[in-house]
Amino acid sequence: MAITHIIFWFLTALALVSALMVLLSKNPVYSVLWLVAVFFAISGHYILLNAQFLAIVNMIVYAGAIMVLFLFVIMLMNLDKETEPQKDIWMKIAGAVSGGCLLMMFIALVKQATEMTGKTALLKTGSIGLIENLGKALFSDYVVPFEISSVLFLSAMVGAVVIGKK
Amino acid sequence: MTILALDWFLLIEKLILIAVIIFASLGVALYTTFAERKVAAILQDRPGPNRAGPFGLLQPLADGLKLITKEEIIPTHANKWLFILGPGLAMTAALMTCAVVPWGGTIDVMGHKVDLQIADINIGILYVFAVVSMGVYGVMIGGWASNNKFSLMAALRGASQAISYELAMGLSLIALLMITGSLSLRTIVEQQVGHVWNIVYQPVGFLIFFICALAECNRTPFDLPEAENELNFGYHQEYSSMKLGFYLFSEYINMFISSTIMATMFFGGYDLPFVTSHLTNPGTAAIVGIVVLMTKVVMFIFLFMWIRWTIPRFRYDQLMDLGWKKMIPLALANMLVTGFFILLKQNNWHF
Repeated sequence: MAITHIIFWFLTALALVSALMVLLSKNPVYSVLWLVAVFFAISGHYILLNAQFLAIVNMIVYAGAIMVLFLFVIMLMNLDKETEPQKDIWMKIAGAVSGGCLLMMFIALVKQATEMTGKTALLKTGSIGLIENLGKALFSDYVVPFEISSVLFLSAMVGAVVIGKK
Repeated sequence: MTILALDWFLLIEKLILIAVIIFASLGVALYTTFAERKVAAILQDRPGPNRAGPFGLLQPLADGLKLITKEEIIPTHANKWLFILGPGLAMTAALMTCAVVPWGGTIDVMGHKVDLQIADINIGILYVFAVVSMGVYGVMIGGWASNNKFSLMAALRGASQAISYELAMGLSLIALLMITGSLSLRTIVEQQVGHVWNIVYQPVGFLIFFICALAECNRTPFDLPEAENELNFGYHQEYSSMKLGFYLFSEYINMFISSTIMATMFFGGYDLPFVTSHLTNPGTAAIVGIVVLMTKVVMFIFLFMWIRWTIPRFRYDQLMDLGWKKMIPLALANMLVTGFFILLKQNNWHF
């Protein structure tokens, strides 16, 4: 068992356990912190795939900025175990059914993906995740979608300012 | 020597490097607290700490002993685990940044080439950003877990300040990275050795970066998370003993590391102009490099302290105005101007 395999299984276990804990924690602050752990584990996977830029951007943007804002909201509203509203039983059943449908769809998709069987991920090789290649791909092959998505972000920002001014 | 597909020499080399650099950072932070009190004393025309040891040199050890022997209090309604996790996270995040800083050139140890740097990754400066943004969690978790209004307010202030100034900091660095064309800190330093330092190309970028570094380290004039007259003592109000020590200490380590980053990015790192490129013996070059880098760092730390004991604190709305309405537009303009000149240079200075 090579060292990359050990790291891979460790990160996988960490990601799954943390993701479960996000759902199982009663306290919303704990949920957010477990979600940060999930992002860390996924960043580790990106590094194993030699996608260092993706890994670090995942950490800066998701773990470092978005989750801090989540924490902000939760702390400002002072949500806690006691004050969290309890859903009634029908809501819980409806949630379980719809979540189960989604899970079944995912499993069906994985089973259908026949061209992926017997293949393993490219560990430590491949260079598309490096910043230079990613930048070249984004600004030459995909320049139009990239710029359109930036306009989308701009409109979201303007929208936030407009709502804030009201 | 390869067991378990591992290069054990590399592993041991890196472990030793990590230990040395962490203890050096802690030692520097220890004596930074002493220097801070001495600088404050000089600026306020008084002798400062002078009782423990010659010239008061043992004062930081006495302070540490005092912190360790104090009673450890966890408030009754505090969230116990997060209360302990907070200072630990703050300290870890502060120490993790030093992994990508090149402290000197390459030396020879028993026929192996050893870089005086823990990890030369090709996303070096982004790694620093990621770790710095993790540091916010230490403040937020500590402030929230204390179950105290003042701590919570201070933690929210600290986090929003850090996020606001990270933006301007990143934008000021983009202009620099457009010139260097690399994110690896070692490459950035090597480009400056024997050439002009980056500060010449990016004076405005450096100014923005420096101001943002002050804000990120919660130093005066941006020490609003610790504003005593508004928030009692800030986010670490409920902390005592070594947990408080960790928070205070991580601030000094952050100051040390941000000084190192500034010296590396803008002031040539371990480069001594006209000398480093002529040193042929790698051993001498490494020693000269470390001494030169440390001198630059000490000068930056002194600048931090000078500012702290000279300039009064901002008001909160002024802080946010400065960050969002002045720093970010200035950094964007700096980026545009830099891009314009790079294009002009590629076109051989013709329009």
